[in-house]
Amino acid sequence: MAPVKRSRVGPWLVMLVGALYFFVPLWGTFEFSLRYRRGMYSLDAYWIVLNDPQFRATFGYSTLLALATIVVGVLLVVPTAYWVQLRLPAVRPVVEFITLLPLVIPAIVLVFGYLRIYNSSSWVPLTGTESTTDLLLMFSYVTLSLPYMYRAVDTGLRAIDVRTLTEAAQSLGAGWPIVLFRVIFPNVRVAILSGAFLTFAIVIGEFTMASLLDRPAFGPYLQLIGANRAYEPSALAVITFAITWACLALMQLLGRGQPSQAAGAR
Amino acid sequence: MAFLELENIEKRFVHHAAVEHFQLAVERGEFVSFLGPSGCGKTTTLRMIAGFETPSAGVIRLAGVDITHRAPNQRNVGMVFQAYALFPNMTVAQNVGFGLRVAKRPAEEIRKRVEEMLRLIKLPAVGDRYPYQLSGGQQQRVALARALAIKPQVLLLDEPLSALDAKIRVSLRNEIRAIQRELGITTIYVTHDQEEALSLSDRIVVMSEGRMEQVGTPFEIYNAPRTAFVASFVGTLNVLRGQVTDPAGGRLVVDGQEIIAARGLEGVPRGEVRAVAVRPESVSLQAAEADGNRMRGIIEDVNFLGSIVRIRVRFAENAVWLDTFNNPRLAPPAPGQAVTVGFPREAVLVLDTPASS
Repeated sequence: MAPVKRSRVGPWLVMLVGALYFFVPLWGTFEFSLRYRRGMYSLDAYWIVLNDPQFRATFGYSTLLALATIVVGVLLVVPTAYWVQLRLPAVRPVVEFITLLPLVIPAIVLVFGYLRIYNSSSWVPLTGTESTTDLLLMFSYVTLSLPYMYRAVDTGLRAIDVRTLTEAAQSLGAGWPIVLFRVIFPNVRVAILSGAFLTFAIVIGEFTMASLLDRPAFGPYLQLIGANRAYEPSALAVITFAITWACLALMQLLGRGQPSQAAGAR
Repeated sequence: MAFLELENIEKRFVHHAAVEHFQLAVERGEFVSFLGPSGCGKTTTLRMIAGFETPSAGVIRLAGVDITHRAPNQRNVGMVFQAYALFPNMTVAQNVGFGLRVAKRPAEEIRKRVEEMLRLIKLPAVGDRYPYQLSGGQQQRVALARALAIKPQVLLLDEPLSALDAKIRVSLRNEIRAIQRELGITTIYVTHDQEEALSLSDRIVVMSEGRMEQVGTPFEIYNAPRTAFVASFVGTLNVLRGQVTDPAGGRLVVDGQEIIAARGLEGVPRGEVRAVAVRPESVSLQAAEADGNRMRGIIEDVNFLGSIVRIRVRFAENAVWLDTFNNPRLAPPAPGQAVTVGFPREAVLVLDTPASS
């Protein structure tokens, strides 16, 4: 019997529609960002944005906060997900539910909750000084990124035989810190990086928390520029996309160097 | 005093007891296998020795020291897992040297020990490779080298050959035994494969449903099984049920035919139904020697296996398998044919467990 030839037109059509849906607005934004000068294309909008001291200050601030968020998030999530997998598999649904809450509860509700609990006349007056507000903002970002970080790390942990690797390390004399930092962390490196870059992308663009806690972050700066300028917001949007894509590309690149986990795989 | 002692060990989970009344003394340098089907408690017992499970009751002593509640990383016990458990992010050399690095040994000592271990497992040139670049057999050898590198007091192997194919399993089995003998290390080996246990061990602990069924040398376990379970689990055995008619004379009646057991029926009440076992290799189609047992039956099934012809002869309720060598000049017997089988009195093993159980 002759093999049945399947038409490939359908899938390509779907791909084309999807690509157009995604790229046409992006191309429009990019094209518009080049129209700073009348009648010709130029990179002036980018030049203005990149030379704006506020851009550098807010971007630097958000980058710093993103890095702190990633460190705290990793130190919170990896041991938690590891412990749930190793010793408390029964509580997995509860932990998953908790980590999903930031997707369900709007950021504005969270930040009002923070302001109520941590205001300057409360028992824990985190909004009392700029540095403690930064700390509060960082913790709020850890909360916001929890769904992504937890899922990424949990998926990574499921891909290796956590229990056997742990027991193998323990039988060779390793205590918990060595098991975590020399055996588990390196073997879920790609998963941690995925979570880290997703966290970075979230923190860089976050507006609500930073704005209501009155901190000089990149999100409020984007909003400010968007409300007052014509071409610069488009340039900023393209720059933000470029940063996100760079994060994704880095994820792919660093993931390739990972030795196969076949030996520890289930 | 024994080197490794397990004194009345128990492990209870919420709904069942995984291990009950486990009592074992292992001498220094001895190779002991825990043999049994899945769920018999052999791995749980091994994990209690390793420290990954805490006994619900009982004491574990290693070289006279109570280690029952000691953390796994404080026991100096090497373990090899079924799934190899090599660290995927480390090279072979780093894997083998891991325990020594944890113990903060000098770099030069680690290098020498790693080289020594890789030579021992006959893989001196793979130090720079990652685990995924090795075959299953090579990975398991590296896992063995890693476990031995820390010079453990006891080596524990949890079904280390189960994931390998048959040929490699046999060769690695021989290598494990050779290495164990060379190093003289006390070894506990968990397996459900009777051939592995019989060929490797100084002693075998046969386990079933959390209990020790029998402890003995491979020769004892195979030739003198004490319970119906051991008889049926180790090797192939024909189990016959008969009524004891003369305990002192070793006589019992199986399906209306009298047979005699050379020993084992002393003290058994007259009239009790008892299980006895006969190995297939002890049964022949020719009548046994003059004072041997003879039973008449009908051939029920004939399996031609090449060099061996396996024949099933039914008496009434009971039946036996017997093996004969293939003779190209003689056609194998046909099902339905009436035959007399014979077996020596010494081949009749009286099992401890009454037949009703």
